[in-house]
Amino acid sequence: MRFMLMLWLALVVGAASAFAVTPDEVLDDPALETRARALSANLRCMVCQNESIDESNAPLAKDLRLLVRERLVAGDTDAQVLDYLVGRYGEFVLLKPRFAAHTLFLWAAPPLALLAGIVGIAIVLRRRKSELNTVSAPPLSADEQARLDALLKRDKTD
Amino acid sequence: MIVELGHYALVLAFALTLIQSVVPVWGAVRENERLMAVAPPVSIAMFFLVLLSFTALTIAYLNSDFSVQNVWENSHSAKPLVYKITGVWGNHEGSLLLWALILVFFGALVGYFGTNLPAPLRAATLGVQGWVTAGFLLFMLSTSNPFNRIPNPPAEGNDLNPLLQDIGLAIHPPLLYVGYVGFSITFSFAVAALILGRIDAAWARWVRPWTLLAWCFLTLGISMGSYWAYYELGWGGWWFWDPVENASFMPWLAGTALLHSAIVMEKRDALKVWTILLAIFTFSLSLLGTFLVRSGVLTSVHAFATDPARGVFILVLLCLFIGGSLSLFAWRAPLLKQGGLFAPISREGALVFNNLFLTAACAAVLVGTLYPLALDAVTGEKISVGPPFFNLTFGPLMIPLLMAVPYGPILAWKRGDLLAASQRLYAAFGLSILLTLFTFWLWGMEKVLAPLGVGLAVWVMAGAVAEIVTRVKLTEVGLARGFARLKGLPGSAWGTATAHFGIGVTALGIVASSAFQEEKVLTMAPGDTVNVSGYAVTFDGAAPRQGPNYIEDVGHFTVRQAGVVIAELDPSKRLYPARQMPTTEAGIHTLILSQIYVSLGEPRDTGAIDVRIYYKPLITLIWIGTLFMALGAVFSMADRRLRVGAPKPAARRKAVPQAAPAE
Repeated sequence: MRFMLMLWLALVVGAASAFAVTPDEVLDDPALETRARALSANLRCMVCQNESIDESNAPLAKDLRLLVRERLVAGDTDAQVLDYLVGRYGEFVLLKPRFAAHTLFLWAAPPLALLAGIVGIAIVLRRRKSELNTVSAPPLSADEQARLDALLKRDKTD
Repeated sequence: MIVELGHYALVLAFALTLIQSVVPVWGAVRENERLMAVAPPVSIAMFFLVLLSFTALTIAYLNSDFSVQNVWENSHSAKPLVYKITGVWGNHEGSLLLWALILVFFGALVGYFGTNLPAPLRAATLGVQGWVTAGFLLFMLSTSNPFNRIPNPPAEGNDLNPLLQDIGLAIHPPLLYVGYVGFSITFSFAVAALILGRIDAAWARWVRPWTLLAWCFLTLGISMGSYWAYYELGWGGWWFWDPVENASFMPWLAGTALLHSAIVMEKRDALKVWTILLAIFTFSLSLLGTFLVRSGVLTSVHAFATDPARGVFILVLLCLFIGGSLSLFAWRAPLLKQGGLFAPISREGALVFNNLFLTAACAAVLVGTLYPLALDAVTGEKISVGPPFFNLTFGPLMIPLLMAVPYGPILAWKRGDLLAASQRLYAAFGLSILLTLFTFWLWGMEKVLAPLGVGLAVWVMAGAVAEIVTRVKLTEVGLARGFARLKGLPGSAWGTATAHFGIGVTALGIVASSAFQEEKVLTMAPGDTVNVSGYAVTFDGAAPRQGPNYIEDVGHFTVRQAGVVIAELDPSKRLYPARQMPTTEAGIHTLILSQIYVSLGEPRDTGAIDVRIYYKPLITLIWIGTLFMALGAVFSMADRRLRVGAPKPAARRKAVPQAAPAE
């Protein structure tokens, strides 16, 4: 299937060559640069097929990388940079969707799936146990009951 | 002429699938021997017809017959021979034909070798397989015919997408398809069992080799694709959580769960309903993947609407198969009798635990893949769900699973003893703690999670070794007898241990390469040297070079360690003139398990060039681990009991009446 991904990269972006961050973009302050790289990995190159701006070499991705670094140099916090980009490009730019009403199910689904599985297993186990208890002890026939009574009586008299 | 023959064979094969879909199934329900007997020969005839069709298309590619639209769109007369062949499946129509070929090949295998199956099960399975084949052949003939001609054939073709002109492409799609299609057999078995309303431990034994085979190939296919992207995309990433990748990863997760639940069903006659459901899910996810990839819905939900024929067709097919099989399941599953009680702490319990987490992980991937599409379709809001989401949701689900892996094979069936099992694992646990501390000592406290990840991976690996060691009681009976007993272990035991070991190996590769990699992004002039993790990488210069159907700029790099040359690397940037498309070829040097990875960027006017250099510690373990997993599947398939088969033919049972008085 991955070759289909390649096809898209090729068709949509027109290039999957070279690499993203170019040396002239790199900030002098290593701490800021590290933050820029971390932010870039969470930002989508919007003209690409699911690539972050850190990975893409599309012109738009380069613009966004420069923008991120500009904001960081200007003293923005990480959250402010993200807010700024979302304000400008919409939530589509975030590779990690924000936790909000419209993404509630998205974020809740994995833990819910696990929880549902646990509850399901518990229910099945409990039901099977009770089923087995009833099934494994069929009522005694009159004959069997009489023999059991006789045995028990003999036990008591001993 | 040969092209028309291929086309004709395909139509004929479709006609046969219609017979296959009805006659044997009816025969199986009515227990009519003669109707059931139709299935095996028809399945073999279908295989030869599709093979003929595939051969015809291949010949058209070899002859560069540009009057065939598919060849014209995807080939070029100057293309190297190997890519002329692999180009056959390097496009939508051709890959569908390959898919269909593998589908009927598997059907023919069941038809030819399935003589130890009960006749109704075999007939119904082949019938269901016929439904799947009919759907795909009809899809091809009506919307994606590879044999369409062009009225005025052009003199030269459009060439294959350069990204696909790589040996990786030759291997990757066929591996994936064998995986997907293998799960179609499991699906057919499950649906056949539902139709017949009968399922027992023997069923699991027949299905198991197919599941193992499919899983083995899917594992290799995904791994191969990952390595291919790693060296072809040029920035050192090997997994993107792209929807297209998820499309193949979801069946893998479900298939892994299926592999484990089938064990419980075979050994303990429990989890029947769940195993059937998983078999249906696994193939449904394969179909869903096909839909996602083929319909264009991923690029945009609206692209789906502009060229609807293919998308709608697969969507209908998807609904028919998934909806139909699930309805059948809801209707017939209550007929299946459950057996085999077990305590929560037991081998069965561990396998249920495995299924729980794998299924939840699969659900996480599924929701993450489909949610943006659904949201866009419903509200028009556009969001992206990328790697950070999957790392946050999928990752945590894997941790308890990995922690539990060593316990699974050591716990006893029915009722296990957690304390006794832990005692058998104390060496593995100690080793894991030791290596965690060692990693802390090596890297300090700056990366807290990485040493824990290393510890977890070592725990899984050592646990797999411990399983084998304790199984043969190596420490008690001494080395000589222990080794003798190693030989006597069943294939499935080796399979489990090897595959689990592989999981640990892959995990170690992932943790080490992502946490401890070093990256340098810089502009280098000829003669410049840069130091990456103790290796001095010198850029010697770049020169143009002419390839068979491309031109490239090749950079020459020398890698030295302590002044000694250890490698020369030639990363390049290629341009394929037929499509005016550039690609990068990374220069990679493997140092036992780690790699130095050099990728070229844009050249500067001064003769300097942008370069990205990585040192990726232990990265090859990611793919070596998958080889272990696949090898584990092979060991399990070689297990004697799968070849002997559960059902003994009547004659054989009579031949050895006194041999088994204990029964």
